[in-house]
Amino acid sequence: MSTSTEPVSQFDIAEAGDRQGLSQAASDYWTRVKGGDIGSLPAIIGVVVLVIIFGALEGDTFLTTANFANLINQGAAITVLAMGLVFVLLLGEIDLSAGFTAGMGAAVTAVTVTEHGWPWPLSLLAALLVGVVIGSLIAALVAYLGIPSFIVTLAFFLGLQGIMLLIIGEGGTIPIRNDAILTVMNKNMPVVLGWLFALLIIAGFAGATYFAIMKRRKAGLPTEATSVWLAKVGGLALVVLVFTYLLNEERQRETALIKIQGVPWVIPLVVVLVVGLSFMLGRTGLGRHIYAVGGNKEAARRAGINVKGVMTTCFNLCSTLAVVAGILIASRDNSVSPTTGGAQTLLYAVGAAVIGGTSLFGGRGKIYDAVTGGLVVAVIANGLPLVTQKSGVQFLVNGLVLLVAASVDAISRRRAAATGR
Amino acid sequence: MPPNSNGTTDSLLSLRQVNKSFGAVQVLRGVDFDVFPGQVTSLVGDNGAGKSTLIKSVVGIHPFDGGQMFFEGKEVHVTGPKQANDLGIEVVYQDLALCDNLDVVHNMFLGREVKSGLTLNETDMEKRAGDTLRSLSVRTLRSLRQQVSSLSGGQRQTVAIARAVLWNSKLVILDEPTAALGVAQTEQVLNLVRRLSEHGLAVVLITHNMNDVFAVSDNIACLYLGQMAAQVKASEVNHGQVVELITAGRSGDLGLQPEVAMASAGDAP
Repeated sequence: MSTSTEPVSQFDIAEAGDRQGLSQAASDYWTRVKGGDIGSLPAIIGVVVLVIIFGALEGDTFLTTANFANLINQGAAITVLAMGLVFVLLLGEIDLSAGFTAGMGAAVTAVTVTEHGWPWPLSLLAALLVGVVIGSLIAALVAYLGIPSFIVTLAFFLGLQGIMLLIIGEGGTIPIRNDAILTVMNKNMPVVLGWLFALLIIAGFAGATYFAIMKRRKAGLPTEATSVWLAKVGGLALVVLVFTYLLNEERQRETALIKIQGVPWVIPLVVVLVVGLSFMLGRTGLGRHIYAVGGNKEAARRAGINVKGVMTTCFNLCSTLAVVAGILIASRDNSVSPTTGGAQTLLYAVGAAVIGGTSLFGGRGKIYDAVTGGLVVAVIANGLPLVTQKSGVQFLVNGLVLLVAASVDAISRRRAAATGR
Repeated sequence: MPPNSNGTTDSLLSLRQVNKSFGAVQVLRGVDFDVFPGQVTSLVGDNGAGKSTLIKSVVGIHPFDGGQMFFEGKEVHVTGPKQANDLGIEVVYQDLALCDNLDVVHNMFLGREVKSGLTLNETDMEKRAGDTLRSLSVRTLRSLRQQVSSLSGGQRQTVAIARAVLWNSKLVILDEPTAALGVAQTEQVLNLVRRLSEHGLAVVLITHNMNDVFAVSDNIACLYLGQMAAQVKASEVNHGQVVELITAGRSGDLGLQPEVAMASAGDAP
């Protein structure tokens, strides 16, 4: 901080103590948690607890590098779908049709690529366009006509299922043989490239946050202590390097002829989405307006924000990201069927967003919530079938997890209201 | 430039014989109203006297039907809130219109964010918000980056008022800013109102609270059933006279002539 004449005064975070290093940052964090601002804490605790439980019960199969890579693949589509849902949840709305929007995206891709022989970029573009159309229709009905999003998207949930059946045909399955589309979920980066990518992430995060701190310091504003910054960079580096190491290990028995190792190609895709969407939500005017509309629609309107435009953007982003998720599902399954994106897909994605810390009441949530929550959901989806084959138990557990996440959200919201005023 | 009620011509906002009707109901009839820079003008009146309508007409939500409005000596026709903002008129509404989930800085710049290129210029916004609050001697906020949900009622009111001042505004209209506040917080907000006028801003304070009126006002304008009963200097009247003006439209020589007041009362809805 500069030694200008006037101290940066009463409303300075410095007085609250953010600059005083790790212990102060930790105690500030704990105060926030007690005040109901728990962020992704439940998700992190959830991952640790679940890994310990599944590891203890089925360690031989669960705690293998092959299963770890499998788990990442399982979680990728759910995470991308959850990212889209974060935007809608931020408004305090819901999109129940996102699962089948994903299915629609997959179906359009499969039909155009496999049956009509379109080049894959064109067919991806067509699928994304379908997402935009679905999002725009939902937004028009919710924002301009004023129908509750629950009802609109429930109707789309049914309607899109019908359209998928019509496109694909009853009981039909369309295989995907296009290499470009299959690569995303089925191929891995070369080991060296994986390490380089890991270093790029760490350096990028460290550089961006350091640059931000320097900028604030130059402006004479209170900033994070260097030790806190170092701890954050160190934490991220540890996680990224451990993940990269595990994924770069050989996943097959030593006797196998071909090697399977490396970071799946879907990871860079997810990282690009996380970085890009986080930037949009946290650093641009549009992102700020999304939070404002979710926090207080009337205040946003009076401040001159185009509320309906913001809502339209969010529903569009949700549907478009759902299409991306759908293509990932199709790539993983090597095919598309009328149930692609159905079953528990939507429940998993909503669960991922909420477990990650996105509020169902609107106005609170981050893009990386989808990643942390997606990890929890992927661990459950991956580990539970190893423990029990009974699908009854699996449904029960999944339902319970969603309820617990929603309860944590509601309780933290009550705490925030109680300590806030 | 029209002559003012107090004989000078330095008013920031002047209304002359303005009317406003909603269907068959005439809410404002022939109202004259003057607001001076560097002064607090209290706008008082019983429920239904037309205070809110007057303000909504000034900022263009319900434009006047007739009469003239002068701002900085020039006649203006305000047809929308945006135009009022451009002139330098800001209103702090009773329900504060803050976003609970955003912090103080974000709320102060809501809808008018400062950008550098594509991104928000957070450092610039935080500095400007801090400067504005400091210039108003606000010392009750712990951090500019705390969420509004964690603020007390008085602090919220402070943020809402500071937001109105941020935009080089010339006229700040406060709609019952102390209605929901405790004693200490009311004191805080009234001090802030006083400071706005010391900064040269014209302040219109809509209130029901006589203590607030006499604590901060330079002028008192009293509406009675859609007519301006009187606009007087606060130092020239006492508590009782203002209450009489509010309830009966007249007090001794002040206010509407008896037959006018009676006529108004007669055809009141």
